Amino acid sequence: MSLVDDLYRETILDHYHNPRNRGTIDDATVSTEGVNPLCGDELRLFLKIEDGVVSDIKLESRGCSINTASGSMMSELVLGKSLADAKAVISEFKNMMLNKGEDITLSEDLEELEALQGVKKYPVRIKCALLPWNTLDEGLKNK
Amino acid sequence: MKNWNDTKSIRKDFPILERKIDGKPLIYFDNAATSQKPVQVINALTNYYENYNSNIHRGLHTMSEEATLAYEGTREKIARFIDAPSEREVIFTRNATEAINIVVESWGKHNIGAGDEIVITSMEHHSNFVPWQKLCEDKGARLVYIEIGADGNLDYAMAERLITNKTKIVAVTQMSNVMGTVVDLKILGKLARLNGAKFLVDGAQGVPHLPTSVREIDCDFLVFSMHKMLGPTGVGVLWGKEELLDLMPPMLYGGDMISSVTREKTTVNELPWKFEAGTPNIADVIASGAAIDYLQNLGMQNVRAHELELTRYAMDAMLKLPSMKIYGPQNPELKGGVISFNYEGIHPHDMGQILNESGIAIRAGHHCCQPLMKTLGVMGTARASFYIYNTIEEIDFFVDALIKAEKVLNYVACR
Repeated sequence: MSLVDDLYRETILDHYHNPRNRGTIDDATVSTEGVNPLCGDELRLFLKIEDGVVSDIKLESRGCSINTASGSMMSELVLGKSLADAKAVISEFKNMMLNKGEDITLSEDLEELEALQGVKKYPVRIKCALLPWNTLDEGLKNK
Repeated sequence: MKNWNDTKSIRKDFPILERKIDGKPLIYFDNAATSQKPVQVINALTNYYENYNSNIHRGLHTMSEEATLAYEGTREKIARFIDAPSEREVIFTRNATEAINIVVESWGKHNIGAGDEIVITSMEHHSNFVPWQKLCEDKGARLVYIEIGADGNLDYAMAERLITNKTKIVAVTQMSNVMGTVVDLKILGKLARLNGAKFLVDGAQGVPHLPTSVREIDCDFLVFSMHKMLGPTGVGVLWGKEELLDLMPPMLYGGDMISSVTREKTTVNELPWKFEAGTPNIADVIASGAAIDYLQNLGMQNVRAHELELTRYAMDAMLKLPSMKIYGPQNPELKGGVISFNYEGIHPHDMGQILNESGIAIRAGHHCCQPLMKTLGVMGTARASFYIYNTIEEIDFFVDALIKAEKVLNYVACR
């Protein structure tokens, strides 16, 4: 078990130090808030949905490295996707994080997310990785 | 009496300190969450289960008498430990939270009404915050906060303004579980007394680390929890003035809290048993007696002196690091052995995880004090907290690990 191999991989640290799609959207069609009750981390998510497509996504959070990196990767992968495709990404990611067995291989375009799989070795941190995704899930409900 | 130049002999009493975390010696700095247990406490538990396990009170056989003696013996020890006038005033609960809830239910519900005020501080643990908030909601009373000043100490001038004849109870922590801030209970107690308010002290953090006398503090209620002071989990204490407890109805009804029961009517037992319905946590209460013995032996003045030395040393070393922020009083004399910090913009969760790699156990997050986190303007802090078995060498190792933590997270940037 090595922290650098499992948790603080290069991809994760890159997204942590340079989070993508950070900020707010003034004319957002959806905005939701997520809270991690364990640590009190809060996350605000803004979406602009036009013609059934996520045309813009922004996140505002003060979270740990895992939370920040996970949200950053998520924003890149969901941007420009149809609602159906976005929901499919969410469920594929959640399935990977909540699956207790062997490591899972994701579809090619989601490969980067596999870097977060090491988080599963640290059960307390799974919630950190999931917070942005659960918040997005909540935001897309009934959409 | 243990010699304080020799923490080594104290450490020998704590089997868990032999533990390795990923091959590294455990450094346990999470004492504000729960303390470790000396072999004397562990032995008291096994001795009870191996030799005289039986239910207490009313048993006519030898083992039941032994168990009753040991159980009630702890009550006497605790009364002496906190300088209580009578052991009748010592009530065993599950934890400090339950003790506060008994006061809210059995005293608060009958003595707080619409327009009344309850005064707490902005650094209360959720346990001395949420029950009062709920009571205020139910009764239309007002919850009033004494804030902390820029120096991390309680704003006593504000306390003087806020505690008025509308105040029915002042409920405050003896020592902040986040910043270690030690509260001047004499000032607050006097203000409460002057205004005819009751005075409750949450000693969950204070009693394990500071000499505590309910007579000196002159409070009406004191609550604390044995697992933070070398005892097992599952035992809390509610101490209250006898004349108050006498007037309070029991919170739970059933066995043991009665003196007689007929089909028509039940007569409630006398103190303290009227608040201890059902079979209590016999084994853990008995073992709590061993914890009290251990602390008495060391002397609480010595415990305090040892922790002050560690805290002063740790704060000095930590503040030499750039961008180290320590919350609360900067003068170690004004605080207990609890250091909340944020370092180099590293999120407390990451800090906790990285320190664990070096075998160091700290806590990270909001520490059940979300309102205080808002006041401090942070999402959370990392917290190191000390006890009798911690050493200067451990602190040196800890400070080195902090420097390493920063390197782990800046891995990419450094390459």
